[in-house]
Amino acid sequence: MSAITLNGAPRVVPEDTTVVDLVAETVGRALGPDGHPVDGGRLGVAVAVDAAVVPRSRWGRTPVAEGQSIEIITAVQGG
Amino acid sequence: MTTVPAPDPLVLDGVELSSRLIMGTGGLSSLHTLEQALLASGTELTTVALRRYAPGQGDSLFALLERNGIRILPNTAGCYTARDALLTAELGREALETDWVKLEVIADEDTLLPDVVELLDATEQLVARGFKVFAYTSDDPAVARRLEDLGAAAVMPLGAPIGTGLGILNPHNIELIASRAAVPVVLDAGIGTASEAALAMELGCDAVLLASAVTRAQDPVAMATAMRHAVAAGRLAAGAGRIPARRHAVASSPMAGRIDAAEEPSVHPADVPRGDWAPVGEGR
Repeated sequence: MSAITLNGAPRVVPEDTTVVDLVAETVGRALGPDGHPVDGGRLGVAVAVDAAVVPRSRWGRTPVAEGQSIEIITAVQGG
Repeated sequence: MTTVPAPDPLVLDGVELSSRLIMGTGGLSSLHTLEQALLASGTELTTVALRRYAPGQGDSLFALLERNGIRILPNTAGCYTARDALLTAELGREALETDWVKLEVIADEDTLLPDVVELLDATEQLVARGFKVFAYTSDDPAVARRLEDLGAAAVMPLGAPIGTGLGILNPHNIELIASRAAVPVVLDAGIGTASEAALAMELGCDAVLLASAVTRAQDPVAMATAMRHAVAAGRLAAGAGRIPARRHAVASSPMAGRIDAAEEPSVHPADVPRGDWAPVGEGR
């Protein structure tokens, strides 16, 4: 198991977790290996790992490692 | 409802928009009311902020905008440094699949005024990374020029600090910025009511961006409708060639031919402007 920080809160995840798993769980939609929702449509979500953006195409190949801080962000009302 | 005369389209980064009103989406707790207000405003482009995903909250705004075919302009609100703004812009590009970014770098939370030093730095770096930068800036014509020189896609000077509703505090500067810019100028922030949005357009701005004036109004949908008309009216007026302001009255009805005239001079003196009659600001 790996202890990480997800959107500011501590989390423990299985060793083989990838970014795409975390995103799918957070948004409650099934995602393909390319990071796109299998139900079609757009996701409107981006991910940063330790303050670096991980492109959607790499989510499925990016493992989540112990101690990482992961941000999953989306559009909210503003400005 | 009366139809709004369609102004000439606004072109931003090669994209034609028929509405010159850009709406922010902040300030309303009801997404339903927000949707009604956005539709009433006729806007085709809205700003959004980027924040941590909260289940059941985030994707409905995105879905609302997608459903209505409204383009999304992600902002960097809440950023105080160029470094923060760059990461936020990158996240916005990834999440929303657009190179457009409304670049906001704020100096402090009391004034929310732009930190123009960080803003210029961030603009240069974002342009180098292929972003189309819509730069929220002060009403300083020199800074506006520098942003344009750095490659900003649009310059967005404030009328007054964000959320104040104080209108356009320095109309002269806004007019100067609009008259010198080769990129679109969008009056952003400070608008309180419709007349101020019309004024922005009359001063030569290409568009108006506002949020609080609508979303915090007692009747957001009515104010959104008012803003739609005001922006279109201001644009039309700006191109219509207004009369010069004058010191003395000029009758719009002829004096000649009045029914009680005893004698009828061929040209009545009141039909001839007075000798000292001059447009305000000329002479004296």
